[in-house]
Amino acid sequence: MPVEIFPSSPEHRRHGSNAGQPLTRRDGLLKVTGKATYAADNHREGMLYAVAAVSSIARGRVKSLDVQAAKSHPGVVEVITPANRPPLAHNPNQKMPPFGFRIEVLQDDTVRYANQPIAMVVAETLEAATEGAALLNPQYETDTARTRRENGERFKPEAVGVGGPSRVAHGDIEAGFASAARVTEAEFVTPAQYHNAMEPHAVVAEWDGDRLTLDMPNQALVLSCAGYATYFGIPPENVLIRSPFIGGGFGSKAILNGPQILAILAARMLKRPVKLALPRAQMYGPVGHRGATWQKLRVGTDAGGRLTALHHHTLSATSSFDDFLEPAANASLPLYASPAILAEHEGLRLDTGTPGPMRAPGEASGSAALEVAIDEAAEACGMDPLEFRLANYAETEPGTGRPFSSKALRECYAEGAKRFGWSGRPLAARQMRDENGCLVGWGMGTAVFHCPHFPAEARATLRADGTGLLETAGVDMGQGAWTALAQIGAEALGLDPEMVELRSGVSSLPDGGIAGGSGHTASAGLALHNAGRNAIDQLVDLATADPESPLFGAGNVGVVARAGRLHRRDDEGRSESYSDILARARRTELVGDAKAAREPAAAEAHAMFSHGAVFAEVKVDPDLGQVRATRLVGAFAAGRIINPRLVRSQYYGGMIWGASFALLEEAVTDHRTGRIMNSDLAEYHVPVNADLPSLDAILIPEDDPYVNPLGVKGVGEIGITGTVGAIANAVWHATGVRARRFPIRIEDLLSDW
Amino acid sequence: MNRFEYVRPASVQEAVTAASQPGSVYLAAGTNLLDLMKLGAARPERVIDITRLPGLGEIDWRPDGSVRIGAMVRNSDLAYDERFARTFPVVAEALLSGASAQLRNAATVGGNLMQQTRCAYFQDVASACNRRAPGSGCDAREGENRLHAVLGWSESCIATHPSDFCVPLVALDAVTEVAGPNGMRDVAIDALHALPGETPERETALQPGELITALKLPSDAAAFADHARYLKVRERTSFAFAVVSAAAALRIDGGKIQSARLALGGVAAKPWRARDAEAVLENAPPTQEAFAKAAELALSEARPSGKNAFKIELARRLIVRALSLSTEGTPEAMPALPASPFATVPSANHAR
Ligand SMILES: Cc1cc2nc3c(=O)[nH]c(=O)nc-3n(C[C@H](O)[C@H](O)[C@H](O)COP(=O)(O)OP(=O)(O)OC[C@H]3O[C@@H](n4cnc5c(N)ncnc54)[C@H](O)[C@@H]3O)c2cc1C
Ligand code: SF4
Repeated sequence: MPVEIFPSSPEHRRHGSNAGQPLTRRDGLLKVTGKATYAADNHREGMLYAVAAVSSIARGRVKSLDVQAAKSHPGVVEVITPANRPPLAHNPNQKMPPFGFRIEVLQDDTVRYANQPIAMVVAETLEAATEGAALLNPQYETDTARTRRENGERFKPEAVGVGGPSRVAHGDIEAGFASAARVTEAEFVTPAQYHNAMEPHAVVAEWDGDRLTLDMPNQALVLSCAGYATYFGIPPENVLIRSPFIGGGFGSKAILNGPQILAILAARMLKRPVKLALPRAQMYGPVGHRGATWQKLRVGTDAGGRLTALHHHTLSATSSFDDFLEPAANASLPLYASPAILAEHEGLRLDTGTPGPMRAPGEASGSAALEVAIDEAAEACGMDPLEFRLANYAETEPGTGRPFSSKALRECYAEGAKRFGWSGRPLAARQMRDENGCLVGWGMGTAVFHCPHFPAEARATLRADGTGLLETAGVDMGQGAWTALAQIGAEALGLDPEMVELRSGVSSLPDGGIAGGSGHTASAGLALHNAGRNAIDQLVDLATADPESPLFGAGNVGVVARAGRLHRRDDEGRSESYSDILARARRTELVGDAKAAREPAAAEAHAMFSHGAVFAEVKVDPDLGQVRATRLVGAFAAGRIINPRLVRSQYYGGMIWGASFALLEEAVTDHRTGRIMNSDLAEYHVPVNADLPSLDAILIPEDDPYVNPLGVKGVGEIGITGTVGAIANAVWHATGVRARRFPIRIEDLLSDW
Repeated sequence: MNRFEYVRPASVQEAVTAASQPGSVYLAAGTNLLDLMKLGAARPERVIDITRLPGLGEIDWRPDGSVRIGAMVRNSDLAYDERFARTFPVVAEALLSGASAQLRNAATVGGNLMQQTRCAYFQDVASACNRRAPGSGCDAREGENRLHAVLGWSESCIATHPSDFCVPLVALDAVTEVAGPNGMRDVAIDALHALPGETPERETALQPGELITALKLPSDAAAFADHARYLKVRERTSFAFAVVSAAAALRIDGGKIQSARLALGGVAAKPWRARDAEAVLENAPPTQEAFAKAAELALSEARPSGKNAFKIELARRLIVRALSLSTEGTPEAMPALPASPFATVPSANHAR
């Protein structure tokens, strides 16, 4: 498999030596020439194709399936239904910690949401399997679908998001409101949104006895091996997952799902490799989504525009059978200095697939509501939105008083405002027009995202020829892990990136942890860093103990590793190449292993977040209500930047997603049936280039000695936060209309009718 | 996808003969048909591939200034044909506002005219849909119908025709040339698409086997070249179907509108020609008052078919805007964002 390995590529452009440089992607050439192999590109001898038949009702049970019709279709090999589905070693109605949800793998005939798999047809061709699934002609016993706020069942959740607190109270909220000079209140609705990664969930599954090989896009390689092992009753080391490239995951490819399990099961049952790739419409159900929210904010301010109380209530939708609640209210916890904050959640059970983490889960929808509410409070106080945010700047973590490990938000505000040209913005709405008479509005929002760190492992090898080998089961979803991780490892090895080979994307490598929570570069990166340092330490020991080395005895003064040579720190002229040291010691290689995790004491003592400020300009046609986000400027501080080119792309992607949230994205449900009526990319809108003619991302330098020894925070998700609110606030500034639901629609802005 | 027979005829005559058997469908670029087949909304028994038929790919100018465009001419080739874009700029603008560059490169003239509604219930085989399955009912009527018809709809069907191209074509009196089992005939664009009435399954005036071989624009349509605009409100700046669109074409002389053409898209099961509105514009000065009156008349019969009352007001405003922009004159060059409300910035133009 050539894709497992990236040899150094000489045509690869370099701007300097190491981490911190804007290197282009190491896998870029493969991708633009179509040579990067994604899961569904794999073919195996004798392979079969699986297609799921999915339910068209949202609640009830399957009374009958015309299995005979499907089976008699030419090419169909097997139809798997609850009647003949082979057993699994794990009960799918039981959660599998940490991220395992209850899933639908034909355990019975009940239907819990539309698009739930109700059978799996396996055939010699994709076409035959597809037609077989169409011939099943399911008959249902249908119960009323509950997909609206009004008919869902409400409950008090124990946790929100991934184990987050469902209710957090700091200070005395009622006293805070009592002392307020003004209280502004606002309600918001955010719709269900679907990840819609370009690459569908796919798998090519092949069994060899009780060994299982999976080509699949996967954001949590080693963890998933354990999950599949549990489902199939085999040891985790018998599962090999290859996931060199992922066409977008956004959280939806970190969690086991029903269709993929069924395809693996089919491969075992039929003793042939099986391929499954979900059609786009089937990605609207069994593979997670961002759950809908109904949010209510109350903001109390004193006469000087300082917050006295902040109350954020969220009703978060989840499925009827499992819990993932968009932790939206918690977005109000880390940001503004209010003496009293209450963030609380309620749950709502709907007949939908279980939601899951979707890029900035909670922060995205919570920030959307919070930033509009903050803007309304600023307006009520007659203050400029930036001035208001500065007046309520949190010097320490609100509520806990813990210091921030680092926080260059002030610089983000200042640089972003300067680049955008914020000063001189009229306070009132509907004050600006362009040369064609379009309404122009400017708005802003604060971006914030936590920075988790996951345990990870790595191996770094110095080879006799002076090159390096880096190994970790890292995950590249397009964000550039192939490049950034190589940069970090190469730096630790004192080698140019061209001199190191990176092996990643395969579960048999040391556990690179999960790619989620914007924590992958920091987590896998630190493991590689430590592994590299470990290898260099061994090399230094060899050299300084060897009387024939120019570095003999330099152990105390110290030795620096650079460009493939060790140098005496006090006399850089005295140096020796790695290969010479290894050759004299008759070593073919030196292997450094490392595990890395965050320092628990530093984690306890500090609040750790990335921050940013987003400024938006929108234009709105005054008569027709069509909106365009004509300019976005984001300034972000996220610790040390390994590769500015990749990081800027992440910020762009986040801001584009924010625009999508504000103006476009929504799954439209027919509440009579519970079916989603726009489950394709023609009708489920995400932005096109013309929607965002001008994007600018500013990288604010930030040193953070506490987050991890690399000083790296996360950049993958923060761009969405802040941006939704900034655009909504700009729409208000242009039109005078406050966003109450997302996306903001043309009819919301058609004035006077 | 069901199993079907694939036929590749060598001549128009062979194509028509093959397609006259029940269960047949023509395949042009397939950008609409193949999607519907994958969804199961179309389950033809016989697919007749017309992409290799000879003689359907030309743009022929006649001495009188009229033009005949072969049914297999690609949308982008037509829009970028220099003479065509100069003579019928409103048609070129509409074409370039549709779909994406990739789709326009593939999509054909005939396919665009004959494309089917984007009604989600039509595409979803689990839904009741009179158009797809006569007599089954219309799930859109009480369903998610924000973007459905406000004109010419019936209780049987509230779908819209999604084509941008057809909107200026109906305004300019374009005609299709049709080959059928009984020879050739002409069908005006205005007569091509049917309003649903009790029989929404009868989508067009074409009879079984009939093939559109060409599209013809009459010479007098060229007289509107100086004052003609297509304007399309959509939910994203590009690559989205119209919420509502309007084609306005005027002949202005001596401060007066000599003749006017006006049509709406996204409001009915056919491109909607607003003849009453045209009549009040004729001989009137091109003023906002005149435009507002035209807009009122054009929508006088409109009624919401669901959650779409806003489209009626939007259509009125769009008409006024399209007429205003037409009065200002056709831009020198195609705007960078064809038909977009945001396309009016002169600096946003790029040279063809
Ligand atoms: C994502 C997406 C977005 C789109 N956005 C827009 C948009 O914004 N505006 C817009 O106007 N359109 C839009 N379209 C539709 C697009 O314009 C049509 O799909 C295209 O024009 C169809 O042309 P085709 O050659 O591919 O037709 P096909 O798909 O091959 O055929 C379509 C239908 O026409 C029939 N047909 C084709 N040729 C003939 C003929 N010569 N005689 C008789 N019948 C014929 C076929 O039998 C079939 O029923 C979009 C499509 C997609 C997929
Ligand atoms: S509106 Fe027409 S196309 Fe849509 S479901 Fe109703 S009958 Fe079918």
